[in-house]
Amino acid sequence: MITAGELQNIPFMEELSFSDGTFRPETVQKDYRTCLQREQSNNKIIGSLEEVIHLSGLKDGMTVSFHHHFRGGDYIVNMVMDKLADMGFRDLVLAASSLTDCHAPLIRHIQNGVIRRIETSGLRGALAEAISRGLMEVPVVFRSHGGRAQAIETGVLPIDVAFLGAPSCDPFGNSNGYSRDRDNGIMCGSMGYAKCDAAYAKKTVILTNNIVPYPNAPFAIPETDVDYVVVVEKIGDPAGIMAGATRFTTNPKELLIAETACDVIEASGRFQDGFSIQMGSGGASLAVARFLREKMLAENIKASFALGGITGSIVDLHEEGLVKRILDVQSFDLRAAQSLRDNRFHQQISASYYARPGQGTAVNQLDVVVLSALEVDCDFNVNVLTGSDGVIRGAVGGHPDTAFGASVSIVVVPLVRGRIPCVVKQVSTLVTPGKTVDVIVTDRGIAVNPLRKNLIARLKEAGIHLFTIQELQAKAEDLVGIPDPIPYTDRVVGVVSYRDGSIIDVIRQIQEPRS
Amino acid sequence: MSQLRRTMLYVPGNNAGMIRDAGIYSADCIMFDLEDSVAPSEKDGARFLVYEALTCLEYPGKELLVRVNALESEYGPEDLEAIVRTGKAVIRLPKTESAQDVLDCEREIARIEKSAGLAPGSTKMMAAVETAAGVLSAREIAAASKRLVGIAIGAEDYVTDLKTSRSPEGIELYFGRSMVLLAARAAGIDALDTVFSDINDEEGFRREVAYIKQLGFDGKSVINPRQIQPVHDIFTPTQEEIQRSIAVIEALEDAKSKGMGVASLNGKMVDKPIEDRARRVLSFARAVGALGREE
Repeated sequence: MITAGELQNIPFMEELSFSDGTFRPETVQKDYRTCLQREQSNNKIIGSLEEVIHLSGLKDGMTVSFHHHFRGGDYIVNMVMDKLADMGFRDLVLAASSLTDCHAPLIRHIQNGVIRRIETSGLRGALAEAISRGLMEVPVVFRSHGGRAQAIETGVLPIDVAFLGAPSCDPFGNSNGYSRDRDNGIMCGSMGYAKCDAAYAKKTVILTNNIVPYPNAPFAIPETDVDYVVVVEKIGDPAGIMAGATRFTTNPKELLIAETACDVIEASGRFQDGFSIQMGSGGASLAVARFLREKMLAENIKASFALGGITGSIVDLHEEGLVKRILDVQSFDLRAAQSLRDNRFHQQISASYYARPGQGTAVNQLDVVVLSALEVDCDFNVNVLTGSDGVIRGAVGGHPDTAFGASVSIVVVPLVRGRIPCVVKQVSTLVTPGKTVDVIVTDRGIAVNPLRKNLIARLKEAGIHLFTIQELQAKAEDLVGIPDPIPYTDRVVGVVSYRDGSIIDVIRQIQEPRS
Repeated sequence: MSQLRRTMLYVPGNNAGMIRDAGIYSADCIMFDLEDSVAPSEKDGARFLVYEALTCLEYPGKELLVRVNALESEYGPEDLEAIVRTGKAVIRLPKTESAQDVLDCEREIARIEKSAGLAPGSTKMMAAVETAAGVLSAREIAAASKRLVGIAIGAEDYVTDLKTSRSPEGIELYFGRSMVLLAARAAGIDALDTVFSDINDEEGFRREVAYIKQLGFDGKSVINPRQIQPVHDIFTPTQEEIQRSIAVIEALEDAKSKGMGVASLNGKMVDKPIEDRARRVLSFARAVGALGREE
């Protein structure tokens, strides 16, 4: 063995870095127990949620984060926030990848000062309604999936403790949205949004109701990103997490829009062997998959990959050999989750891999994306956040990310919904800038962004009739007239961040009608 | 080619959303219904709605029809009064039992046309037989008025009247359909087939459409926009039919240019029925845009 003195005489040794001193055998204590014995005692499982919160070092004013892979069946956010409230925490920042109807109980924690501000991709239901009516002092920050990933990774949105629900986890924290060992009836498929949180949070806690033997491979989140594991009785409601297989729409108007969108894809010049595509989970976008399938079969065209929120219809295409690979940041239905478990070329990806601004992300390899919208305006700007009454009822999601990344972005939207026009002069909330939106497909006509001259020429050549966006707006106005402007107060309740982190718009508090 | 009537989309007259959207689909005709699909309590509202739709909305390229209530009912006269005045729709008679039903309605229409300053005879009519008596009178009904553009068979009431029910094969409708078709052809008007109610049975629907096309019908009533495309697919001449028809016409022209009285194609004489069928296929193909670019 070498001595400290000898080391000093080795030339250039001072340029090499080691921890202090030379090796001392007495510091090495090998564990001779079996793997199973060690799994039982030397693991990351903590007795209770309360205990893990103490251990995590969480303090008032810090940031806690959550994922939304359990969708409407999520128990984690409410369970953890209830516990934090019980323990007397205050002024916390709640940074969820998204929030939905089932998170209405958060209203109480906001009123009681447990939650000071919220970061999310979307808001729905009673919580969204209350926030639109001025519940919070500090505006909510809305980020796209890619924007959130970047904010977390660059420290713009530092996470102190991530509380991540997982349908399977081993004693050391390797966790996943499904299990190949012991499926206990709850699965969410991909855990793409949680991966960034786990990797960058100062402390990561996995909450599971399903401890499986080590190693829980394949895993979404590796044990190296996990500090603690807590076993809870329930993590969510399977019915709400996976609302069954997404049904194919029978709504003739959605079918008409989908078929038209499919004609646009075919004529766009992107429909060739090896193309790539993302389709949303809305009725019309889902139906696009079916019409596209017929064209792919007829013309013997296969897609290299499908991206995004994945549905059963994409899985069908994959299993039929029409889509070679699936990149899955979020599994929208049970069929998608099962496919992630069973299909070798169905790959789980993180939100950062999916959509973070920059060169190498998956959205930038898209040929075509089909997106839905609440409103589109004459500058092709899209609103997916606020409804016709000004109330927040949506999510930014990957909308701005994919619209930017895809070679052709197609927004499918009915021209009017009931008596509400969906193609308007100016969107009430700007989420996706018109510069990145290429085609609007409605049930009463198609408009192409005038910036896309080649695309316009291609579609015309294919015999597709085009309107200007102004003509579509006028058609909508002819049908339903001009709605009264939404009454807002001056107070800002939400700030919408574009994917690069800049502020693209704000959402104001709605004015209560005078009684 | 006169008005295409491959598909007649049935729209309840009290459904504002469906009335607004009916024009976005590719049906040849749209039939707004004021009769069976509208409850008595909503009759006046539906009449008002359909009147407004006809006068305010545009349905480019569509033939519009309104099924009015029976003239002898308390709603029928007002229905006619409102719809005829728009000058925009064919009056689709409800259950027609005899030529007299057509004449009674025609008299009312003529009176309203006159009082509204519309050209006499400008309002067209379509009859529908739905009973044994109606089917047996189909010939007289179809020939009863110059205003008639077509006659339809309504199967549900008809099979009930026959004391049977509908079968997938439609054997019980064979006579009725044939009778209506013959009546239409004898009178030189269109024959329209009844609805197929199970909108989720696309295979059964396609079978029935192919069957009624083979019988000779001009089109079919459809109750959901999803049923439109299958009908159009089946009614559109195949490229093979089109090519054969073009060859027939070319053979005729060739013979004519050579001063020959009789044309032949592939060793067979081209007679008048063959010529007529070929011309009909081509004119239909042109009307539905299946002929491609014309030279």
